[in-house]
Amino acid sequence: METQINTQPACEFAPWEDPVQKPFVRFENVTKKFGDFTAIEDLTLNIYEREFFALLGPSGCGKTTMMRMLAGFEYPTAGNIMLSQSNLHKAPPHKRPVNMMFQSYALFPHMTVEQNIGFGLKQEKTPKKEIKRRVEEMLSLVQLEPFTKRKPHQLSGGQKQRVALARSLAKKPRLLLLDEPLGALDRKLREQTQFELMSIQEQLGLTFVIVTHDQEEAMTVASRIAVMDHGKIVQVATPAEIYEYPNSRYSADFLGDVNIIEGQLDVTTGKTASLAWAEGETPLAISTKLRPPAGTTAWLAVRPEKLHISKEKPASADNCIKGEVWDIGYTGNISTFHVKASNGSILKVQVSNREHLADRPITWEDNVYVYWEKGAGVFLER
Amino acid sequence: MAVTDIASPPEEIQEPSGLSSGWGRRLFIAIPYIWLLVFFLAPFVIVLKISLSDVILARPPYFPNFDISEGWQGFLAMLRVFDLENYVWLAEDSLYLNSYLSSLRIASISTLLTLAIGYPIAYAMAKAPKEWRATLLMLVILPFWTSFLIRVYAWIGILKKEGFLNYFLLWTGIIDEPLMILNTDTAIYIGIVYSYLPFMVLPLYAVLEKLNISLLEAATDLGCSPLKAFWVITLPLSLPGVWAGCFLVFIPAVGEFVIPDILGGSSTIMIGKTLWVEFFSNRDWPVASAVAILLLLMLTLPIILFQKQQEKQAEASQ
Repeated sequence: METQINTQPACEFAPWEDPVQKPFVRFENVTKKFGDFTAIEDLTLNIYEREFFALLGPSGCGKTTMMRMLAGFEYPTAGNIMLSQSNLHKAPPHKRPVNMMFQSYALFPHMTVEQNIGFGLKQEKTPKKEIKRRVEEMLSLVQLEPFTKRKPHQLSGGQKQRVALARSLAKKPRLLLLDEPLGALDRKLREQTQFELMSIQEQLGLTFVIVTHDQEEAMTVASRIAVMDHGKIVQVATPAEIYEYPNSRYSADFLGDVNIIEGQLDVTTGKTASLAWAEGETPLAISTKLRPPAGTTAWLAVRPEKLHISKEKPASADNCIKGEVWDIGYTGNISTFHVKASNGSILKVQVSNREHLADRPITWEDNVYVYWEKGAGVFLER
Repeated sequence: MAVTDIASPPEEIQEPSGLSSGWGRRLFIAIPYIWLLVFFLAPFVIVLKISLSDVILARPPYFPNFDISEGWQGFLAMLRVFDLENYVWLAEDSLYLNSYLSSLRIASISTLLTLAIGYPIAYAMAKAPKEWRATLLMLVILPFWTSFLIRVYAWIGILKKEGFLNYFLLWTGIIDEPLMILNTDTAIYIGIVYSYLPFMVLPLYAVLEKLNISLLEAATDLGCSPLKAFWVITLPLSLPGVWAGCFLVFIPAVGEFVIPDILGGSSTIMIGKTLWVEFFSNRDWPVASAVAILLLLMLTLPIILFQKQQEKQAEASQ
């Protein structure tokens, strides 16, 4: 990686950069098989204390299996899972300092909100007074004080989600697992809750591991994201790193929108590689330190918002492709131009709509130039 | 949390308020009510009336016999000889009280036994692999394909002194002498538990199968051992099934006649048997009717409780 980018400028929280730091959770060559099916394949991963770590991937990629192994509902077929340097082996769920917030919330329908939240403490034989105090603390944390005596079926989806969160936090677990926690909420409420989750995590200083298939959610809440595919980890990095410097087509495509141009590597001079992408077109320049031999197939990934579009040929640009406007997607704040290049491939260009509608000159079937700086694209070998 | 509901409620669809459709609907609803009126309420009124009559040697063996041809006069004549002497008789002779109490006792004990045996069966069925469940359910219902009477008779062959059970136990050496099971209360318990087990298993299976596995995972995740999770989660959530199963066994077991008659001994008195003797041996229709009416009144309470339980369950599942 060439540049290090911090997600939150105020926060220099990056224990994964520090070689002295011991990981809080460590998956050590973990393999999990269900019969013939391999859900997790020889996976090694470190998660550090106070991290908000996201496991991101499509359904069936093994992210939920990872979480269930941490909670103790499944055990690895091979390899070890360490929690603060001690091997969890086959410790059953009720003997782990780990709590989980379930996707379906799994609230006990025959208990009130209060009883649900106090359930874990009651199992620990905590004195009644202490349980009451902690339950009240949790209720105020999730702003549910008026609903103490309600049963789960008398609550809305958002309220249920809060009870589930409060219940999983009541025992002050060292590690909280969140399994698609916001999946059942509508978009507005989801965004609001994401920020609440982050502030709660920061407030309590706990380690959170979240499983999600929603890339926006992962990027919003997480300090680091592990992009998973078919039981393997494709990339582990901060959201900004994955977005700006994806290490593969898979993670580039999974996080956000991207244009991927396939080509053959031409010549590599200094820090620039050039990619022959279509017959009779100028090769594209990409900044990279990598030196694969000429002739290998490689890919250029570039985000639509990093491309420029104009009707006139730009005076100077590292890369420029001529094409025709094929389609325009208008979503209010931005317009996405689909530009068809000479070899038939479509490039997506996003332009933020600062000008008023009437002042936008480009329309369907216009001949346009799409151009970008060589540093805007990422060179991918897989 | 303020979530504005922007979706407006769907507009009310005007019901076609034609006379024909209104009457059609009423007629449709009326059919089951008429059925109940003719085949349940009317016989009940007849039994009630007989229970207030006097026994005579005649055909039918009771008096007064309301003669519909005498109309209003006949009705008044019947009222004139109205008394509760059959009920008084039931109260005076301890046989009847003992029969009622013994029936309640036997029904209660066998209900508890059925629950104790049925719960693990239902639990195992609900926990069985999905592809097995339909087969297991089938096996529970299978005995209903044979006559109830034949199945109870079959138990004689198993339980009698020279029966299969004794042969087996003697052969294994567990006992030296054959056990006397047939014609005892034990035989009645075995018969009732055997016959009514499906009524216990089916409602229990229905609730246990619906139980969300993630609730148990959540409980263990919060520090519950699996055994404790059963007590605090599975059991309370299966209570509707427990109640339904218990009522379904208890109510018919109280009035059971066939099982005590076939498997029980002469020393066991149950109200169903007493009623039969009163009606067929003594030919005392009025007293038999009084016995039946009291039995019905006695069962009204558990039936009402059962109904309440069903309503509560329906409400909770909404």
